[in-house]
Order: sequence, then structure tokens, then C-alpha cells
Amino acid sequence: MTKCIKCRKIVGGSGIGNALLTEERINFLSMIDTQNGIIKDQHHQIFGSSVKGAVLVFPGAIGSSVGAYAIYSLKVNAAAPAAIICSDKADITTASGCAISNIPLVDMPENPSFFIRTSGMEVKVDADSKMVCVTNQTV
Amino acid sequence: MLKGESGESLAVAYRILLAIGEATEAERLIPVKWAHISGVNYNTIGDSGVDFLEQISKSAKVAIRTTINPMGFEENKSTNLSESFIKKQMSIVKSYRMLGTTTSFTCIPYEIFDIPEKGSAVSFAESNAAVFSNSILGLLTNRESALSALASSITGKSPYSNLMMEEFRHAKLAIKPDYELVTELDYGVLGYFAGKTVSDSCVEFNASEEKLDTMKAKALSAAIGTSGSCGMFTQGEGAQQEVVTCGKEEVIAVKDELNTAEDGDLIALGSPQLGLNELHLLAGLIEGKRLKKRCIIFCARAIHNQATNLGLTDRIEHAGGEFMCDSCTCLTPLITRTDYDSVITNSIKAAYYLNHSNRIDVSLKDLKTILKEYADYN
Repeated sequence: MTKCIKCRKIVGGSGIGNALLTEERINFLSMIDTQNGIIKDQHHQIFGSSVKGAVLVFPGAIGSSVGAYAIYSLKVNAAAPAAIICSDKADITTASGCAISNIPLVDMPENPSFFIRTSGMEVKVDADSKMVCVTNQTV
Repeated sequence: MLKGESGESLAVAYRILLAIGEATEAERLIPVKWAHISGVNYNTIGDSGVDFLEQISKSAKVAIRTTINPMGFEENKSTNLSESFIKKQMSIVKSYRMLGTTTSFTCIPYEIFDIPEKGSAVSFAESNAAVFSNSILGLLTNRESALSALASSITGKSPYSNLMMEEFRHAKLAIKPDYELVTELDYGVLGYFAGKTVSDSCVEFNASEEKLDTMKAKALSAAIGTSGSCGMFTQGEGAQQEVVTCGKEEVIAVKDELNTAEDGDLIALGSPQLGLNELHLLAGLIEGKRLKKRCIIFCARAIHNQATNLGLTDRIEHAGGEFMCDSCTCLTPLITRTDYDSVITNSIKAAYYLNHSNRIDVSLKDLKTILKEYADYN
């Protein structure tokens, strides 16, 4: 069963992957290992998880302005998320990093916490159609 | 991704501006007078950044005054850095030269270059510079990323949104400090708490000093930039609907997180890099004394030159201080776990990145305390 909700398109394209969900913001320069996509900050809610191939659902980036390059490094190292959903308004670091990395980016989905409840749910982001779809709700 | 053909880099720049324009709901681009770019230190952008800059610099030129952040080391000063690091770092420098930037290697452009008139739109990456410029100088800039400021430098434009607009420059939330704010470190702690607490672009501080001196304003700006996404602070009555108190408990929580050692093997000063007023203060505090620990002072070359003319560098070096120009504590390759277990600093931003990126313990102390504890009379 597929259910879809509307969102805003920031960077076009589409991607599919398992949701990686966090309510905490990310400093891409200091909190993520750009070689493998693993969140390396021990204090972060999703410490130890990898963004590689996932649909990252998070509020936005904080801290260093160089975080945009870290997102690009993830892409070059084949460790980037399949797509990113910002639960709040997308920030400049995430938007610019995704723009040069061709990572589909959407933001402000309607009722995100109700819709994507847990990490691991399969999520499809179709930025061009401004849609986020959950294709498997059984997880 | 980039082929280095003419027009290609301009297309990349506009792709970036389009994305951040969408994100911030801008309806148009406006001209900006000055771009300040981060992403110069090899440790911050890595191999993919080196390649990206090499490609884009083949066909792009900056259209406006563009200054750049510190790099990883001071050229011509002997260090134990690997040849590979130096080669990659110098490739980055070459790319920025080809782009036509002013190779200022500073994170405090606001203390070096002449400041456009109040209300001028600029595009500043480097979070401390963005926060300081909005809050203290009355310039208008969003918290730009390394890439969006680069895009603005090439096009001369930035989206008209968020902190560029008057309506976003008024805080909805005020933070009321409920502890004595005396030193620059006290302000750093407040800024770190504020960055974590606020998700808006602007925050107000209630009951802080009427006019902050530059040293405190820098500490506050850098700490806000480190922990959050907020790009501006105001000082006032705190008449906002929402008021959050930063009391002793909150201060302890910040210190518990960042102050991971009692003591250290090295003193690192400068994140942001030290300005002339801080060098004056430092020279005065260590007059006639001798530092008991190695002390690296990160500063911009332009400031170092001025300080030398004023006799300040001699006085500081006489007491044992070492200058490192063109670089900064943040993600520095010069301070490694192999050489140091822990570092003493007065900077919240330095503490955060030494902890997280260099994985070194930090002992946080304000400048006066550092010199009281670690400098003796001859």
C-alpha cells in the first residue's frame, strides 16, 4: 500500500530508501564521517547510524558553513542519502550541499511525524512532483 | 560533475542560488557588495572539495570583493605536516587565487577590511562573521554556506530573504542570562546555549552589557554559530513573548559538554582569530612574564603585520607566545592527538571542534585566568 503527502521541492530529482529519522539537527562538518556516512557524534540521537542510501528525515543543519562540502563529500564517496527531507524549512547549508550533489531535497511535508513514524520505513521522495510516499507501512 | 567549460561554473552557481532561494522563499536575487567564503582549510573540505574548487576555478571569476577563511597552516613556517596535506592545501589556495579572491586567510574580515555602510547586503559564510556582521555592524547577510557564498561571489548576487529583510531581524525569543557575565568565556557559554535553544534566525539577549566590547561580541557570535543556525542577535529589554532563562544549571551543562579536562599541555588562542585589541590586551597581561606552556596564537597576517609595527608581537614572543598566521584552531592539522592530550583555550568554538573533529580534550578558561595560571614573572 502506498500513501503520499505533499511537500516543497528544494532540489529536484527522486530517491528511494529506508527512512533515517531524527528530531535533532546535524552539524555536517563535525558529526558525520564522510567516508561512510556514519553519524560519529556520540551525543547525537542517531549516533552509529549511516545516512548512506537512506532517506534522511531531520530538522536541518546547524553549525559550520562548510557542512555543504561535507554533503558533497558524501556524494563523491558514494555514502550520500538517497534523498533528504527537512521537517522544518530547509536551511542554506543543506540546500546548497544537495544542489551541487544532485541529492533530491524536499522540506515541510504535511504531518511528517504522523506519516513517517519510525526509521526503517521505506520512503520515496519525488521532489519534482512535490511528493513524499511511504511504500511499505509494515515495518 | 563540472567540466570546466565556460558557462558551466556560472550554471552551478545559479543552481546553488536557486536551491537556497527556494529554501528561504526568496522572490528575487539582489546585488551583494562583499562575499566571504569558508572552506579553505583542507581539513574542512577534503579531496572532493579540492577537486571541486580546481574545476570551478578554471572557468569562474569572482564578480565582487571576496575574502576567504583561514587555511590549515602558515606557509613557510616549519611544521611537521605531511607533504600530501601541504600539496592539497596549496591546490586549494591556487584555486582561490585563480577565482580572483583576496587571499586574506581570516575568519574576522570585519576587523580587517573597510566595512560597507550599515544596511548593505553582503554574503558571509563563516558563521562567526555572519552573526557578528548582522548583530554588531548592521550589515545584512544570511547564514550562508561555503557554497552559497561562493555562488554569490561569482554572480555578485544573493537571494533576498530571511535576514536580508527587516521583518526577520527582530527576535521572537529572548534569552535572559541569570548568572554574572564577566569574561569572554561567559559570553561564549551564553552563545552556545542560545544557538542550541533558538531555531529562528534572530535572538535577543536581555540584561547583557549595553555595548559589548569586540572580544565579547566575537566570543558570543562564534559560539552562536557553532551550536545552531541562528544568524543574528539583538540586545534589549527582552520584551518578547517567549523568554528562556540561561541560569547556572544551563551554564554547567554547557561546561560539562565542552570542558573535558582540568588542565592541558598547550594553550591555543584564536577561534575566531585574535584581533588587534586582543593582542594589545594579551601583550599587557604577559608583560614581564614567561609562559609556562607552549602557547599558539592564531591570527590573520594583516593583523600580525600591524601588531608587529606596533611592537606587540615582540612583546608577546618575548614572553614565549608563538604566532601562527593564516590559520585558526578550528580543524587545525597543527594540534593532533599524537602530540597533545588536552588543550587550554578561552574559545567555545575552538573547544567544540577540538573535541569533535580533532578528538582532543579541552580545558576552558578565560584569557585572564589562563595568563594568571600559566605565566610567571621572570
